[in-house]
Amino acid sequence: MALNILLAILVTSLATYISRFLGVITSKKIKETSKIFRWFNCLAYSTLSALLARIIIFPAGALADVDYLIRFIVVFICLIIFLISKKNFVYPTVLSFLLLTFFSSNF
Amino acid sequence: MINTKYFLKGFFCIKSADSPAIALFASFIAIGALFKTIGLNFQESIFSTFLTYALPGSLIMAESLIVGASLLNIFLAVWLVNARLYPMTVSLFPLLMHKSQPRLKYYLACHFIAVSAWLIMKQNYRSVERKYRLDYWIGVGAANLSVAMSATAFGFFIADYLNTDMMIGLAIVNPVYFTCVMVGAMKTIQMSLAVILGSIFGISFYFISPEWCILLGGFTAGTLAFFIGELNGT
Repeated sequence: MALNILLAILVTSLATYISRFLGVITSKKIKETSKIFRWFNCLAYSTLSALLARIIIFPAGALADVDYLIRFIVVFICLIIFLISKKNFVYPTVLSFLLLTFFSSNF
Repeated sequence: MINTKYFLKGFFCIKSADSPAIALFASFIAIGALFKTIGLNFQESIFSTFLTYALPGSLIMAESLIVGASLLNIFLAVWLVNARLYPMTVSLFPLLMHKSQPRLKYYLACHFIAVSAWLIMKQNYRSVERKYRLDYWIGVGAANLSVAMSATAFGFFIADYLNTDMMIGLAIVNPVYFTCVMVGAMKTIQMSLAVILGSIFGISFYFISPEWCILLGGFTAGTLAFFIGELNGT
């Protein structure tokens, strides 16, 4: 392996593992019935939600090559499909790929 | 030691209808193809997914390699985008703690913390006896990591057959799946506010600091959701 790539992989995995490791240390002192546990639960969902919003509205990588309105429309249609299909996860997931590939190649 | 029965029970959760397997596979196909495009070899690509196992961090690493960023820059950028794993761990691992399990096992098992496995465990932990929840969790995590590594390998090999439009299509699958999961999780005032405010504040803080928007937006939204939820008795 090239040294710079190997180092980049190791640094990336270390930067990722630190948050997991610190989370385990903190978890030892927290009871699942406590208010602080509920607060962390809210933080986990809100942080995930913030990440998803960022990926959809201000993406990096391949998604940045398609107009934000198209991304928004695809996510919106898939959410509607999710809700009317009694919360089936397969339909919106597969449809999202098909729709965005279609829109990306035609608009 | 790992209890095989609970490990396998966790492992085969990946087959359920609401499992993240399709979304996970699609997004790591894109990562595998991206790794090949920027010059990583097969071993490096698999090694990266195995060691990091967090999609946004892998994306940042790939982009940093393209622009030739320093190791310190890569470390800080990845740490910031993956710091969400801290509250995710703290909101899950207290549910897995049991005095019969060795400490080292928790430090190894936390490597499996990622959105996909975390969501499966949050949905299923009540159905597993507390003593064996960690073994169940390791099963769930191992299954998800296996899917991610297989998809990276698959993406690496089919990279030459994927055009730009298909790569864009693959990149939306994961966000759409998790958006659906988030909407599905909105069952109390606290959870609904955490999800809705998280997306609003996440985007708003982007205009102040793109690097810190996930952490600052998530922290502000989660704290507000917690207090409003507590005042309303949820």
